[in-house]
Amino acid sequence: MAKTAQIDVKAQDIPGSLRGFLRSVLESGDIRAILVPLHLPMKNTVMPALVSDPERLKDADPLAPAFPMNTAKVVSRLTHKPSGGKIAAVLRPCEIRAFVELVKLKQGKTDEIVIIGADCPGAYGNRDYLRFVAENGTESTMKFYRDSLSGKDSEKLSSACKSCEFPVPEGADLLIGLLGSDTEKQVMIQALTPKGEELFGKLGLSESAEPPGRKAAVESLIARRKAYRDKMFAETAQSVDSIGKLTAYLADCVNCYNCRVACPVCYCKECVFVTDVFDHDPSQYLKWAERKGAVKMPADTLFYHITRLAHMSTACVGCGQCSNACPNDIRLAELFRTVAYRTQKAFDYEAGRSLEEAPPLSVFREAEFAEIEGIK
Amino acid sequence: MTDFEPTIIAFVCNWCTYTAADLAGTSRLSYPQNVRLIRVMCTGMVDPQYVIKAFLEGADGVLVSGCHPGDCHYINGNFKARRRIKLLKEILPQFGFEPERLRLTWIGASDGIRFAEIMRELSAQIRSLGPGGAKLNMVI
Repeated sequence: MAKTAQIDVKAQDIPGSLRGFLRSVLESGDIRAILVPLHLPMKNTVMPALVSDPERLKDADPLAPAFPMNTAKVVSRLTHKPSGGKIAAVLRPCEIRAFVELVKLKQGKTDEIVIIGADCPGAYGNRDYLRFVAENGTESTMKFYRDSLSGKDSEKLSSACKSCEFPVPEGADLLIGLLGSDTEKQVMIQALTPKGEELFGKLGLSESAEPPGRKAAVESLIARRKAYRDKMFAETAQSVDSIGKLTAYLADCVNCYNCRVACPVCYCKECVFVTDVFDHDPSQYLKWAERKGAVKMPADTLFYHITRLAHMSTACVGCGQCSNACPNDIRLAELFRTVAYRTQKAFDYEAGRSLEEAPPLSVFREAEFAEIEGIK
Repeated sequence: MTDFEPTIIAFVCNWCTYTAADLAGTSRLSYPQNVRLIRVMCTGMVDPQYVIKAFLEGADGVLVSGCHPGDCHYINGNFKARRRIKLLKEILPQFGFEPERLRLTWIGASDGIRFAEIMRELSAQIRSLGPGGAKLNMVI
């Protein structure tokens, strides 16, 4: 049975209470630094920061609807070699799931990290968040949080978040529970792993029961997200169901590859699309142009996206950073989630679900998929 | 489109299917010229991107063919290939490619006759499917 406690929220200041809690984690003696979304001192914008001075946590803001990057990439950098000390990281559920994938791909380790995750109210796209925080200043997070508590997802929430059925960070060591609690008064803390229980013990929290309304609140949120998701799947599938339609869907792509850079699970140090393989001879382009009548430049746009789907869709956690990074607002997150849902199902796999399940393309069974063999 | 001649790209492994093709040749068996063989050391080295590139460049069909399960020269390359073909068969049909355009077969080194039969059958199937989507549309 998971250990559960309630922490009191003073003066309805939820972010303040969470900052206090994170401070107690940092001062527990075991944790050398904590990775957390932080308002930068020079501008009221939020970026992940590795904080060692408890005083600096006054600017921490884990509930801000800001999602400038998938922090799993940063956690991978912090953990792929021994750092000589334990750190804690406050991550969104999709960041935890991406980190699980990276660990399985040998891009990070869990030995020296304690993962803290809060129930995720979702986030805005980058441009929407920057506008929102400029308009609403320091009150922006509370305004966002109260709106999202009212049971309706804000219009500005990214579509990846609106369609996300994983709002609860199940892979965390320590869970900050907001759903089903009267968060103006109390927030739930729950240890989900032995590592979480160890930290829980050091924080001197008094155990209590899980809030009675939590299960129903979680289920109702997931049901709402799944309904949105299924509608999105159907619409997206329909808008790419021929090569002509897919071409139209991706027509605004300028081959900047930002989506691949932003993708937390695209981990290759040198992507095949930036190697000499695609550094074609000028005469090659001329040949293509003559054979086809016209060739769009830069070429290989569809090839790039479909190949990326083949290479990473089984690891896609649906965080939506590809859409966030696209300069031309191509609805990539919708496309990748739609395709990934099917490829993961084909291998009975779910990206980020478990450290124990091997990535599907890294293993095989001798007797499987007989139906795809042969030409009948 | 009666004058349609399909283009079929076949990735064949060095140890089994390519050897079978060789045997078909030395046995003077004929098979349709629509099939273009690309010899690879093992089906396990056929990255999905090769298949995708072939389709986008206008192939009407793609075949990946290697040693029978258990016979792989590299022990298990063909099992890995089977997962990759499974993956592609989940992705490509979502963009309108008929699943029948992508085939996976096992043809052993001594199966020259079977090699020629399968090439004939495959060619006839792809011919009846008609030209692939990438041939009819401008692909970016």
